[in-house]
Amino acid sequence: MSALRQIAFYGKGGIGKSTTSQNTLAALADLGQKILIVGCDPKADSTRLILHAKAQDTILSLAAEAGSVEDLELEDVMKIGYKDIRCVESGGPEPGVGCAGRGVITSINFLEEEGAYDGIDYVSYDVLGDVVCGGFAMPIRENKAQEIYIVMSGEMMAMYAANNISKGILKYANSGGVRLGGLVCNERQTDKEYELAESLAGKLGTKLIHFVPRDNVVQHAELRRMTVLEYAPDSKQADEYRQLAQKIHDNAGNGTIPTPITMDELEDLLMEHGIMKAVDESIVGKTAAELAAEAAAAA
Amino acid sequence: MTQNVESVVDHFNLFRGPEYIEMFENKRKNFENPYPDDKIEEVREWTKSWEYREKNFAREALTVNPAKACQPLGAVFAAVGFEGTMPFVHGSQGCVAYYRSHFSRHFKEPSSCVSSSMTEDAAVFGGLNNMIDGLANTYNMYKPKMIAVSTTCMAEVIGDDLNGFIQNARAKGSVPEDFDVPYAHTPAFVGSHITGYDNALKGIVSHFWEGKERTPNGKINFIGGFDGYTVGNLREIKRLFDLMGVEHTILADNSEVWDTPADGEFRMYDGGTTLDDAKAAINAKATISMQEYCTEKTLAYIKEKGQEVAAFNHPVGVAATDAFLMEVARITGKAIPAELTKERGRLVDAIADSSAHIHGKKFAIYGDPDLCYGLASFLMELGAEPVHVLSTNGGKEWEIKMQALFDSSPFGKGCKAYPGKDLWHMRSLLNTEPVDFLIGNTYGKYLERDTGTPLIRIGFPVFDRHHHHRYPVWGYQGAMNVLVWVLDKIFDEMDKNTIIPAKTDYSYDIIR
Repeated sequence: MSALRQIAFYGKGGIGKSTTSQNTLAALADLGQKILIVGCDPKADSTRLILHAKAQDTILSLAAEAGSVEDLELEDVMKIGYKDIRCVESGGPEPGVGCAGRGVITSINFLEEEGAYDGIDYVSYDVLGDVVCGGFAMPIRENKAQEIYIVMSGEMMAMYAANNISKGILKYANSGGVRLGGLVCNERQTDKEYELAESLAGKLGTKLIHFVPRDNVVQHAELRRMTVLEYAPDSKQADEYRQLAQKIHDNAGNGTIPTPITMDELEDLLMEHGIMKAVDESIVGKTAAELAAEAAAAA
Repeated sequence: MTQNVESVVDHFNLFRGPEYIEMFENKRKNFENPYPDDKIEEVREWTKSWEYREKNFAREALTVNPAKACQPLGAVFAAVGFEGTMPFVHGSQGCVAYYRSHFSRHFKEPSSCVSSSMTEDAAVFGGLNNMIDGLANTYNMYKPKMIAVSTTCMAEVIGDDLNGFIQNARAKGSVPEDFDVPYAHTPAFVGSHITGYDNALKGIVSHFWEGKERTPNGKINFIGGFDGYTVGNLREIKRLFDLMGVEHTILADNSEVWDTPADGEFRMYDGGTTLDDAKAAINAKATISMQEYCTEKTLAYIKEKGQEVAAFNHPVGVAATDAFLMEVARITGKAIPAELTKERGRLVDAIADSSAHIHGKKFAIYGDPDLCYGLASFLMELGAEPVHVLSTNGGKEWEIKMQALFDSSPFGKGCKAYPGKDLWHMRSLLNTEPVDFLIGNTYGKYLERDTGTPLIRIGFPVFDRHHHHRYPVWGYQGAMNVLVWVLDKIFDEMDKNTIIPAKTDYSYDIIR
């Protein structure tokens, strides 16, 4: 057996992380890889396309029922889906209460102790949003994920999040072995999206590993709680995910320590590509009436 | 009401003066909105019923007086057992104040431990800077040879990464590159102090052993586990090993630091396993743990490294000590010397001398899972019945093991183990199925008051009796101590029950 590859998908909320990761992992499973998915999002939607389920029972909710995590067995929390992909959701609290990050820590410790990683080629962590606290950084700590793939798009906020996640990786890169595997651009059809993604990747010291074009077949598959790979294996989109999977598979050991940029540099990047105009500092915070008065006075 | 300097009245008597009695009565009547006395008495009686017991045992969402402490307490216990080691708890100051006072009240010794003083900002921004400054301050101010890091609830909830933090602190020069900073994550809301002991000891051992090659020698390692009698016990164990000529390393030897002499010199650190010995311990032939449930992860790690491991359950008594010594003899090939055989004979003789008084007495025991096991097996050896054995931090496996112990002797008939239960459960047990004596720590005195069951103080913590931690409970001499403590209480009770002149004093005897 080859060494266990531990990868993680991060990215801004709603960017399509779970969709992208599940499709990619399904493609990896098609390549014969044995896969474990660890969903690290309280929404618990990281495995629904693989399991054809609404939301899997999570470790934390089962632990709450049983009394404590120590009372759980691995088979209680692990479900088997498409192509024998093993699925686990860490779960977490309802919005507004509790600590979701702690849930991730508890779950990953549990999985390690219970030997969930035995006989697996790939572990994939699907993590919500930014690296906001130690809990969501858990997958990038020492001995966990070695490669992080950031799902982003040409939108400013998605790029901002990608940069933030890079900062998180940088923090742990020196103490552990975590590296940035690359960016995955999920097309939003914004202006000059490909170029922007390419140059952001350059600035961050990594590469755009794949540009996934937008295709409605993804939505069609998703409505059926399926990956495109399963729903429409002959579609062009399925091929895109196969390419992405192959690229990730071949990317072992090629990760880099990211070089995150400042907010100013990020804005400069947008200006370079003509997405954003340089801001005239003299007009910031002025109302239309004030500007009109100033213009009249000047004239 | 005012005190007079010529004759200061202490608290035992002051508040019994008429003015205080009147004041408390008025306060109760006018401000406390009290229930009538007969109603209170009625409810009190009801809480002693079987009906209440059933409700009490059906309790799901509430714990009342758990007989356990939290993980970091155990981590600190293990850490101070190493040469010149300062325990460093990554978390808030209040937690560390608790560990220090808890140990000081039990051992009657100062107990050094530092915190990273996390406050609200650290909870939001993470405790990295606290770690950097904390390690630097500890290193510079207290000149330790090693700093052993553990965590509290807060650091764990926000997910601080000790490994990364410590490396970052090193990189910033808080401590020298080669300075030993072992660490363990010890979330206080998981497990108990015995889990924390295990995690911390595994953290320290793996810090020294990871990546090292093992060259086996003939020595053995010994681990005592979290033990209120650590001072007396570890000294007794050293004596036993020396008598047998066994070359040994005691891992986490805190018997000196919690028993420093008053000779004018303050010892922040004293004794302890030397760091060289801790490193070399990887080469030992075997590791023996006196407390299985205190060392589950540590022993698994040590076994993985290629050593033979053996675990006992806080062995107390003739058979348990026999088993321990014979295991040591088997592993090391050393004979058990005649002197120990003689000690054994003395213990058997003492047991025989007092058997009439202890035989058939019913006991309730609570405490850590290993201690409960050891005491229950000794009581059964004495012909007593450990009717209720309760361990808040005992689990399902412990329950099965206890039941097997009960099943092994006629004195275990009708005895039951209660894992995961608390002292309020114990109160119901004592009320509905009374026993002659209760064995537990200081907190048992409330049960003694509530249920009238005389308490024999054995366990941790014991705050209200002094110096018992200096006596061993392991080895034949240790069992002798336990026998004496139990007998003392039996005779005290006998005297108490026969003390009324011309009524019960026909049995108020000089000779027992």
